[in-house]
Amino acid sequence: MNFIDNPRKLRGFEKNIRVEKVSRRSILKGLGVTGGFVLAAPVMSRQALAYETGAGKMPHGVVVDPRVFVSVAPDGIVTIVGHRSEMGTGVRTSLPLIVAEEMEADWSRVKVQQAHGDEVKFGNQDTDGSRSTRHYLIPMRQIGASARTMLEQAAAKRWGVPATEVKAVNHEVVHSASGRKLGFGELAADAAKESVPSIESLKLKDPKDFRYLGKGQVGIVDLHDITTGKARYGADVRLPGMKYAVIARPPVTGGKLVKFEPDAALKVPGVEKVMQVRGWPWPSKFQPLGGVAVIARNTGAAIKGRDALKLVWDDGPNGKYESAAYRKELEEASRKPGLVLRQEGDADTALKGADKVIVGEYYIPHLAHVSMEPPVAVADVKGDKAEIWAPVQSPGGTREDVAKTLGIPEANVTVNVTLLGGGFGRKSKCDFALEAALLSKELGAPVKVQWTREDDIHNGFLHTVSVERIEAGLDKSGKVIAWRHRSVAPSIASTFAAGTVHQAPFEIGMGLVDMPFEIANISCENPEAAAHTRIGWFRSVSNIPRAFAVQSMVGEIAQATGRDQKDMLLQLIGSPRIVKPAVKDLWNYGEPFDSYPIDTARLRKVVELVAEKGEWGRKVPKGHGLGIAVHRSFVSYIATIVEVAVDEKGKLTVPRVDTAIDCGTYVNPERIASQIEGAAIMGLSIAKYGEITFKDGKVQQKNFDDFQVVRMDDSPVVTNVYIVPPGPDTPPSGVGEPGVPPFAPALINAIFAATGKRIRSLPIGKQLEA
Amino acid sequence: MIKVKINGQEQSWDGDPDLPLLWFLRDEAGLTGTKYGCGQALCGACTVIVDKEAVRACITSINDVAGREVTTIEGLHPNGDHPVQKAWRQVNVPQCGFCQAGQIMQAAALLMDNPKPSHDQIREAMSGNICRCGCYQRIENAVHLASTGV
Repeated sequence: MNFIDNPRKLRGFEKNIRVEKVSRRSILKGLGVTGGFVLAAPVMSRQALAYETGAGKMPHGVVVDPRVFVSVAPDGIVTIVGHRSEMGTGVRTSLPLIVAEEMEADWSRVKVQQAHGDEVKFGNQDTDGSRSTRHYLIPMRQIGASARTMLEQAAAKRWGVPATEVKAVNHEVVHSASGRKLGFGELAADAAKESVPSIESLKLKDPKDFRYLGKGQVGIVDLHDITTGKARYGADVRLPGMKYAVIARPPVTGGKLVKFEPDAALKVPGVEKVMQVRGWPWPSKFQPLGGVAVIARNTGAAIKGRDALKLVWDDGPNGKYESAAYRKELEEASRKPGLVLRQEGDADTALKGADKVIVGEYYIPHLAHVSMEPPVAVADVKGDKAEIWAPVQSPGGTREDVAKTLGIPEANVTVNVTLLGGGFGRKSKCDFALEAALLSKELGAPVKVQWTREDDIHNGFLHTVSVERIEAGLDKSGKVIAWRHRSVAPSIASTFAAGTVHQAPFEIGMGLVDMPFEIANISCENPEAAAHTRIGWFRSVSNIPRAFAVQSMVGEIAQATGRDQKDMLLQLIGSPRIVKPAVKDLWNYGEPFDSYPIDTARLRKVVELVAEKGEWGRKVPKGHGLGIAVHRSFVSYIATIVEVAVDEKGKLTVPRVDTAIDCGTYVNPERIASQIEGAAIMGLSIAKYGEITFKDGKVQQKNFDDFQVVRMDDSPVVTNVYIVPPGPDTPPSGVGEPGVPPFAPALINAIFAATGKRIRSLPIGKQLEA
Repeated sequence: MIKVKINGQEQSWDGDPDLPLLWFLRDEAGLTGTKYGCGQALCGACTVIVDKEAVRACITSINDVAGREVTTIEGLHPNGDHPVQKAWRQVNVPQCGFCQAGQIMQAAALLMDNPKPSHDQIREAMSGNICRCGCYQRIENAVHLASTGV
């Protein structure tokens, strides 16, 4: 999910990023967007909201225009556009709720309409990087305030009174002096004729008057449809005359089709056609891998037909990729100096002179997203026009890529965004939509391309694989005086540019160079690693290995010096302060450092809060243990305590999880809790089972039997979530991803407390079995 | 010609008798509430009720259900107000929601069989249904709620 600026910015490998930014802005001007405010600059407002975000730097920036996002019907129904993709975070509810709050709309009379992919109209739509609330809280409030102002002005004119005398309250405008009232519906036509007020003139609501924001009493808009089977995901789109397709893709990244025999497939009842799909050489961003498509009257027939295909592949340059050997390469690289990214003091000398050096070498394997809805897309291409229906996290990027792939103008491509049956970063890549577009063009009919679970696991964009090696030097008193962290992992950038061997700024910025501990001598290094498969964003990305390594090392230091884990952690975090960026152009999740500094007071606070609420130090039964970890990611601060129970056979269960999050100003605490509960389960899946391995260039796992995830019978019994109340002006920060990183190290530290065994390699698998 | 009753309506199929019920429901009958998640009865996203039992539609052929009654999420309750559906909404269970039809059908079948399941019985009965978003705590709470009256 996530990014720098975002996947599409990685086109910076093809062009200079700076130039591209400029050209994007000039394109906007050239199109003459009118009637609203296209904010090329970071969002700012005067009213106690004086913080900047990175929103303006995203492709197409932010659009603050009530005419784009809000419409009021004569019957009073207010329709608000949700322009981000819903994959389970609740964003399709939260952002429109902000507009409704600020415009004084009654939520029960609000409908949410999903935006299609059009960033010139709606602003950036990349739903990744845990960015939606932090980039859109203020713009959505401004949109709501604009709409409210226009309704108030219309009422004031109708009554012939000054606008200052009227006030919108719960779906109507009131003139309290005369007791007159007009409903939003009655004012709709007049309000539409009012000019859109300038952002500077807007008066935002006093937060103490909020009815919805920060309350958590509003269910998600799709709740009823989800529970009745009516909710429409990408897989559920049906068009008249639509064909069903599955594709046999090269089993090895960079492989090619040599030949295929379609005859047996064509004999399967329901199969109508077998055809080759164009593939692109590796690496080529999100372009399809190519292969052979089986077209049928239903998906079941297409799958059966594909099973009957005879296929010969050339495995190409990655045909020897093998996980155990690759792990050795990474480990060896981590034991030698690498590209120095951050240097403070002299870590080499301090390590040599240290009284004690603790070394931890941590391994985190490839992971697959396995969203419950595997990739799927419907396309209908007619002549030089294309319409797509797909569960995509990046509707704007999908539109660009479909246009480019088909060689048609972007204006001729419509991308309809369905609900996403999970995303986790997988659906930031639109390869499946491109496949559907190519097939539909050739077939001359609408087509649905359905990935099977096996396809999803075999041909995805995996989480990287890494060795994180940390050496901590202690003086005689046990104080940590030196810290050397080497991170070795193939970069996501390798999916965009051949020959990439170093991690990108957005990867090293996830817990490596921004490590917040107060230590005099620090060195962060990045030895080389070449990729042999497609690497992509996976929920919380490089924060997974970083938090695992750094927070495990805290546990190891506590263990070696006989100190309490939590006390050790607070000691390493050190004094409450702003940690100055230790590298030039610190990524900082794309956010300006002034608005989103590295604040150790907030880091300490979540540790202290979770320790208090989670009853750190409580007595636990024999075989149980407590572990703690904290991590700043997506500019939020989050700490987790895990209680683990390990029985005599080495079977582990998790009776209790406590998590404290400081995500600044928040919109819907109920959905924050659900994200954190879910993150604990995803964290447990990663720690306990998560591993994709390669042999002869091919992924060895295929489905949920050999790529296991946590099920209900081994999920945490209870997860408690504590949200730090925001200060009056604290900018909002990420929620979707930050819950994942601290879970695994907290669990590993708990396992040590329970058993005395220190696990440095994920997944845990059978390591605890005697 | 295979005949099967789906949500009270007679349906017929004269194609491949081995076609998984899942794809018949989704692609031929247009009942897309039942989801594909794995195709191997490993995740439970495709759970439907056949007569009174929860089955995985992805490994059940259309021929296997000939002459039987199939209930999908669309047919669980005419207004979507089955106690399990109501409990799901009260507890705000779903995140992405994709697995929830299967979870709800599994829970409804569990309560037909065992109206007052214990904590452990719920966790065991629901363990064939994967939720990648991780809504298990709420699913368990919702099943409890449905079993005690919504």
